[in-house]
Amino acid sequence: MDVGEVLTRVHHEEWARVVATLTRRFGDLDIAEEAAAEAFAVAVERWPADSVPPNPGGWLTTTAGNKALDRLRRESKRDDKHRQAHMLSEQTAGFREPPSAVADERLRLVFTCAHPALAMEARVALTLRMVGGLTVPEIARAFLVRETTMAQRITRAKAKVTAARIPYRVPDAEDLPARVDGVLAVLYLVFNEGYLASSADTNPIRADLTGEAVRLTRLVRELMPEDGEVVGLLALMLLIEARRSARVSAHGELVTLDQQDRGAWDRGLIAEGHALVRERLTSTEAPGRYQVLAAINAVHTDAADARDTDWSQVAALYDQLVRLDPSPVVALNRAIAIAELDGPQVALALVDELAAPLADYHAFHATRADLLRRLGRSDDAREAYDRAIHLTGNAAEMAYLTRRRTELAGA
Amino acid sequence: MHYLLTVIGDTTNEVDDSEPGAVDAFNEQLKTDGRWVFGGGLTSPDHATVTDNRGSAPVFSDGPFVESKEYLAGFWVVEADDLDAALELSAGASKACNRKIEVRPFDGIA
Repeated sequence: MDVGEVLTRVHHEEWARVVATLTRRFGDLDIAEEAAAEAFAVAVERWPADSVPPNPGGWLTTTAGNKALDRLRRESKRDDKHRQAHMLSEQTAGFREPPSAVADERLRLVFTCAHPALAMEARVALTLRMVGGLTVPEIARAFLVRETTMAQRITRAKAKVTAARIPYRVPDAEDLPARVDGVLAVLYLVFNEGYLASSADTNPIRADLTGEAVRLTRLVRELMPEDGEVVGLLALMLLIEARRSARVSAHGELVTLDQQDRGAWDRGLIAEGHALVRERLTSTEAPGRYQVLAAINAVHTDAADARDTDWSQVAALYDQLVRLDPSPVVALNRAIAIAELDGPQVALALVDELAAPLADYHAFHATRADLLRRLGRSDDAREAYDRAIHLTGNAAEMAYLTRRRTELAGA
Repeated sequence: MHYLLTVIGDTTNEVDDSEPGAVDAFNEQLKTDGRWVFGGGLTSPDHATVTDNRGSAPVFSDGPFVESKEYLAGFWVVEADDLDAALELSAGASKACNRKIEVRPFDGIA
């Protein structure tokens, strides 16, 4: 393996650990992040010439620790006010917890970066930077904001962690489920932005983002293997990721599930996703939304042909999902399954009830357009396609909807 | 570590609609737990006066420093180990006074 590949792999595997170890040691996200970045920069420079050290993670942690000490020595000459706050010092409450519940320092880092006191966009950015090791320019590109804007967002978030004393710890058992939800929401958001990019200026599918979300969710699962929703989210992502290459045609057009070339699906990811779903089926615990969504995707990926899809099972799972998450978006997706079971007329009635809350949601109009098309109501369908095309930002979806619109009778 | 829990009043609903005795009970709990530093409710922003003595002579003007639908209705200063502990107190405070609460750490305290 060449040194470049080793560096990439070590960066993926060790970045979060190095940042977490340094955050714990020095009590400051800023110092930890900068020192980790410096240590990796030294590795990039030295390893190709000196060969890779036998314990790359240890080497990086030691190097980063020395860089942090250098910086602190330089700064100790100045009156550094916020360091006096000891926000993450050993005296704070977090370190009295039993070591078993908080064995891995990376997990503390994940929970700190995804703290609910931070705005969602700051949580996403901080998680990608501190846990994922993406650079600020990479994160800025991913979310289509200027580099300076993203740098400010991350700096501001780190400053709030310090000033407000967001604790560096895994929440107590009683608060854990609520806080895991927040972590999973961050990861799902990253995944979804990759899966259906919201801007026409990027690739319609951002494999960098879906890949990163899967990688971080794997990390969280490794750290919390007993949490059913973590398993559920990982299974969900894998089953969607498995279909990625079949999802956009050679002409850059979105390919809907029923039209996809199932031979192009990644069988390895599907097998892994199915195994995770089965693992959860043996649990006596009631499944949460990610587990149900994963089960729905397992049914879809089980069918050798779209026509073999077990729609009654999909509809039953959506009924279960509606009880867990009675949002209009879930109701819309349930209606799509109902259309396959009970026909477009029944589904259209369900969809029309969602007109008020989903008036500005592209998928609502796209779904409605498709149902109207199937009912032969071309004029109404055309209007709905227009609305959906106007609202979507995704180039592949726009191309798909535009073609469907031109294919309408009487066009 | 000290946090300021600000009670956010709302001009569209100015009546005190909290559970009778809930705020007193919350205050007692803060004191029992050693979290209490200081707290109090404020009169209406209509009774505020802004003083500006940055020039040659002090200027006093009637009314609050900013006109808005939401205003400072009262506050607590509490002692908490970290933001999670402060947020837990603020959740109790919001329940007790039936208002939104802003949580801000002090940047040092005399």
